[in-house]
Amino acid sequence: MTATAESPAAELGRARTRKEDARLVTGQTTWTDNLVLPGMLHMAFVRSPYAHARITGVDLSAAKQMPGVVAAFSADDFGEQGSLPCGWPVTPDIVIPHHPPMATGEVRYVGEAVAVVVARDRYTAADAVGSVDVSYEPLGPVLDMKTALDEGTPKVHETGNLSYDFVFPTSGDIDAAFSGADVVVEREYRQQRLIPCAMEPRAVVASWTGDDVTLWSATQIPHVLRFAIAAFFGIPEQSIRVIAPDVGGGFGSKLQVTAEEVLAVLVSRMVGKPVKWNESRSEGNMTVHHGRDQWQRIAIAADRDGRIRGLKVDLLADMGAYLMLVTPGVPILGAFMYNSIYKMDAYAFRCKGIFTTKMPTDAYRGAGRPEATFAIERIMDELAVELGMEPLELRERNWIKHEEFPYATISGLTYDSGNYEAATARAKELFGYDALRAEQAERNARNDTVRLGIGISTFTEMCGLAPSRVVGSLGYAVGGWEHASIRMLPTGKVEVVTGSSAHGQGHETAWSQIVADQLGVPFEDIKVLHGDTQVSPKGLDTYGSRSLVVGGMALVGACDKVIEKGKRVAAHMMEASENDVEFVAGRFQVRGDPEQGRSIQEVSLATFAAHNLPDGMEPSLDSEATYDPHNFSFPHGTHLCATEVDTETGMVTIRSYVAVDDIGKVVNPLIVEGQVHGGIAQGIGQALYEEAVYDEAGNLLTTTLADYLLPSAADLPSYVTDRTESPADNRLGVKGVGEAGTIASTPAVVNSIVDALRPLGIRDITMPCTPERVWRAIDTARASAASGNGGASSNGGAA
Amino acid sequence: MIPAKFDYVKPGSLDEAVRALADGGEDAKIIAGGQSLLPLLRLRLSYPDLLVDVGGIDELRGVIDHGDSLVIGARTTHYQVVHDPLIGEHCGLLAQAAGTVADPAVRHRGTLGGSLAHGDPAGDLPAVAVALGATLIARGPGGEREIAAGDFFVDYLTTALEPSEILTGVRVPKLGGDWGYRYEKFHRTAQAWAIVGVAALARRSNGHVAEARVGLTNMGSVPVRASAVEAAAAGAEATRDALNAAAASAADGTEPPADLHGAPDYRRHLARVLTGRALAAAAGV
Repeated sequence: MTATAESPAAELGRARTRKEDARLVTGQTTWTDNLVLPGMLHMAFVRSPYAHARITGVDLSAAKQMPGVVAAFSADDFGEQGSLPCGWPVTPDIVIPHHPPMATGEVRYVGEAVAVVVARDRYTAADAVGSVDVSYEPLGPVLDMKTALDEGTPKVHETGNLSYDFVFPTSGDIDAAFSGADVVVEREYRQQRLIPCAMEPRAVVASWTGDDVTLWSATQIPHVLRFAIAAFFGIPEQSIRVIAPDVGGGFGSKLQVTAEEVLAVLVSRMVGKPVKWNESRSEGNMTVHHGRDQWQRIAIAADRDGRIRGLKVDLLADMGAYLMLVTPGVPILGAFMYNSIYKMDAYAFRCKGIFTTKMPTDAYRGAGRPEATFAIERIMDELAVELGMEPLELRERNWIKHEEFPYATISGLTYDSGNYEAATARAKELFGYDALRAEQAERNARNDTVRLGIGISTFTEMCGLAPSRVVGSLGYAVGGWEHASIRMLPTGKVEVVTGSSAHGQGHETAWSQIVADQLGVPFEDIKVLHGDTQVSPKGLDTYGSRSLVVGGMALVGACDKVIEKGKRVAAHMMEASENDVEFVAGRFQVRGDPEQGRSIQEVSLATFAAHNLPDGMEPSLDSEATYDPHNFSFPHGTHLCATEVDTETGMVTIRSYVAVDDIGKVVNPLIVEGQVHGGIAQGIGQALYEEAVYDEAGNLLTTTLADYLLPSAADLPSYVTDRTESPADNRLGVKGVGEAGTIASTPAVVNSIVDALRPLGIRDITMPCTPERVWRAIDTARASAASGNGGASSNGGAA
Repeated sequence: MIPAKFDYVKPGSLDEAVRALADGGEDAKIIAGGQSLLPLLRLRLSYPDLLVDVGGIDELRGVIDHGDSLVIGARTTHYQVVHDPLIGEHCGLLAQAAGTVADPAVRHRGTLGGSLAHGDPAGDLPAVAVALGATLIARGPGGEREIAAGDFFVDYLTTALEPSEILTGVRVPKLGGDWGYRYEKFHRTAQAWAIVGVAALARRSNGHVAEARVGLTNMGSVPVRASAVEAAAAGAEATRDALNAAAASAADGTEPPADLHGAPDYRRHLARVLTGRALAAAAGV
């Protein structure tokens, strides 16, 4: 950067508290559920209690007669509904089933909407749900991906239970890599099904005025949602306004076009009144799209000295009952990441997308990359054991050295930069790696009942989604650019309009810091606007750690244009040549004569007055820019976790956790710390606590937070965090941090548990590593050792 | 929260509350802190016609010293139990266990009486009441009666209270200074219910355990008194090995539940391990 970087009051890197927090943490803001419109009615959904059934009748008459009930509808009332969109057909012959917002003919998961009642208040609506009589003819549920394709298994859809079979173009000679290898390790890992639990449940309000509809939704993607409703439900795009007011978290779960959003629009039109719907947590656990749910078969071939020759990955990915917005693409995004930071000769990847009678899966914090990182980091530990090598040494032997960047990886990406040596060295130092290894050996030697384990995760990820050309080549329906505009107000204040749609990330603060530096205006003078398609007409919204890397660069581009225009006006005001004017810390000044200058605020007012502008110039400094990245960004880091495992009870306690992340330049260290802390917690959640469980009939058992356990602050250690920095390929020097902690921490934790228990003969524990699973693994291993069958392994009650 | 419809009254005295409850019939329920009942209402698992809110009755709060026992008002919150000096001095087990209940928000609203009257065997305080040999005081239209904790818990979410009775307080015998105690709670997250909990009391004398009492949380449809352990521990040496040996019978005769957090065999194993630990802590070894 030029002048702004030298400014003494640089905002970039400043740990500002967030300007949006006061209203967010007090709740005194525009959460969708706080919205009350005149005449507004309330919707409640009648949902299927069957995983799979034919609907033989829906009787709404009793519900309609209840006092306070205004209307009730089932699929028949909507006619041709259109289909909820899938925007990522990953193969040419992928099966994308028709997905009406209201179930028609058949239900395919517990919780699928079969009718809706509309009442004057929320309580009456909930009461009326119980008066709707739906008759079903039960069909066989499909719950196990591994038998879903077998002959005789019931079919989720007429076409069968296979959605797609994706084969990644193989790089290198995979057969040669494996056939000549000294060591081949093959494992199967389970990515359990997870339920995203954003603090704010989903909420929707729809209201029609004439032919125009406004949809308020707790969504991550107001722009994509508007486009999708227009494209798939026959409402002209120019008649749709989508507003994402303050939104309380998403983690991917609000990167969706949901049945409830579409039905709110349709029902509001049918009843001629605004309608609201706000889900309960239990309703959300059933019907917010779920995350992960894969079986991962992974094989690695290496030379005796530890050099990796090849990697084979074969996935079964549970799509659930339908393909939603990016359902099929989530595991495919991971295809680029299994090779991670390592060099190898050959790579093969295949993934089958399977239909089951469960809630559809889709993006969940990390989306494909946590799965890939988990499998590779787990099997690197197993390979190290097989080779008798220190696991960090094995990693170092194979990772891309810092002097080798830019590096074209085996999966076809080009990593622009990185320094795995620096991040790992710093992490080892903060962790006290050698001392912990010594303590571990000592405790193992005396058969301590509480074992110590050390878990390693040297990870990278692809962020900044995404170069439009690249995602286009992968079948993704839209591009990956982002948009921003700057409005220079007459009083010298600035409005920043961003296409990124914050839902807790702190854009209002970070964007203000970026623009303050770029335009040299005070942080406090900047207002950031987002999340309303009439205020921010262009954008591709927030997911995939893209907002800063892509949206931030759009901001910089818009600021450049403001400065260019300002230079013309200032030169004219000072009667200087435009070429002699430079912009330094908020002032346009004549080169060599800094006394001669005009502040950007003065120039802004003069432009507004427009009394004396250069000939032919528009009276406006306002500017906009759209930025399309030419590559992904590649944050990386080294996370180390020490756990203590009580072998008498199976309880796992995290003793220390060190995270050293390289995310490039940091706009706001407080926000970055928050992202890292929250991300690690979410990854620990997958490792130790969270799992969506369906019973053998396909009922979700984890419908409350008493059954679906989330870690709280009381359950988590104090993290030690630090950062290293290698360059990023954009002017801000940023890489993205939204998903790093989640991607890194899950394998770090599980590796540490397995490391603690390996002396007992255990080489895997299925996630989540609950005390019961850990205890059973120990119990089985001991029984096996006692019977002299020392070679047997245990995976901790994978059933 | 979108519960089904109910009527609501908030009497100002115990007599009024007893009348309101009697008038309300079988489908009237008491609500105090609401930490057990509100989730049931929210999930529409409970459909009372009438809620009688005892939150305005001051005589149900506080701790009274009766010489050899304390009477703790049913409306006393977990937070108050944790911090009350009399409870801390004379029955520290109750204070320690109350400090493990859920999270701070629940402990500030939830009450001792509510927790006991709810009769959830996964709750922490029923097993503690059983181990302490507490007596529960109930008031109904016919007057007051006292029910031993061992007789109070009848079945899952079912107590000896008549529909028209209100739990007004808990009588807890004071423990002498030679008693040690420990509530050993095993749960996956801080806010989660105990998979198994063990409330242990031990009176130590001359390097031995003279007397022990053990109550088990979530090892059956009611809180369980581990009588076999108590018998084995009485007179045992105050050593880890001896107390672990006594704890080996902790799961005898229990019928623990099966749920997502633990199968019955795992719970039995935990009961043995945790009882050994709780006894050792109570005996100061």
